[in-house]
Amino acid sequence: MAARIGVVTFPGTQDDQDALRAVARAGAQPVPLWHRDPALHAVDAVILPGGFSYGDYLRAGAIARFSPVMQAVIAGAADGLPVLGICNGFQVLCESHLLPGALLRNGGMHFVNRDVKLRVESAATRWTAHYEPGQEIVIPIKNVDGRYTAAERTLDELEAEGRVVARYLQNPNGSARDIAGIANAQGNVVGLMPHPEHAIDELTGPYPGPATDGLPFFTSILKQLVDA
Amino acid sequence: MARVVVDVMLKPEILDAQGQAVQRALPRLGFDGVVGVRQGKRFEVELDGPADEAALERVRAMAETLLANTVIEEFTVKAEV
Repeated sequence: MAARIGVVTFPGTQDDQDALRAVARAGAQPVPLWHRDPALHAVDAVILPGGFSYGDYLRAGAIARFSPVMQAVIAGAADGLPVLGICNGFQVLCESHLLPGALLRNGGMHFVNRDVKLRVESAATRWTAHYEPGQEIVIPIKNVDGRYTAAERTLDELEAEGRVVARYLQNPNGSARDIAGIANAQGNVVGLMPHPEHAIDELTGPYPGPATDGLPFFTSILKQLVDA
Repeated sequence: MARVVVDVMLKPEILDAQGQAVQRALPRLGFDGVVGVRQGKRFEVELDGPADEAALERVRAMAETLLANTVIEEFTVKAEV
């Protein structure tokens, strides 16, 4: 039976369809999850996709964190459920305290929308096992609240524990230590500001390419679920 | 009925990109002598009872839980008279 990977839709979510498509492309069974439904429908992993949940009212991710589905995701994450938060999903994970730090308004105040080069720093998470440590990839970013911030002590801790998952080669928004993505201590929860689900096929991925550098996020988790 | 005001500001060590943008705009508009601007949020919480210490404590809990993200922000709570 194919692994079931859930994708949450909040009011204001934009990238749920792309995330569901990426899950299917990786060979898993995509399962739509709804913000008001606290049931996770026996999924093996959860993706919180990009967008502007609840209009980004108050702070990006602040309202979504209290939605019924997130109570199940937070409880599941504590038991090892793999969770990937992309863009707004990363913001929701920080607001939920599943990941440390916060995402603030970009330095320079601009909405940044372009393909960026990242270096995958850790292949030791549930979501990045199919990358080589140090591998350089191209996937898009599109956000205005993408500047990763945390206390110096927290940043030191993330670095020392190998929990910086990806770094920008050219920092687009003033993120601390060029951080594009981080993991929790167990490696089952990953937050990533750029959008791997927009870089999974030749037709719609970054042009002129490489166009499918995001796909390993989805195949990594699938392989781990199948092996488990 | 009582009104309790919660002011939420980014912690001093956190770069405030919005405040910075406002500060940079001011000299262009002829407002000189401004050495810093920081932008925050103000919440006016209307209560059905009096703003006694128990009520203030509840509003502090609201601020801690939802109104502020204490990873990056700090807040003050005061009853408005």
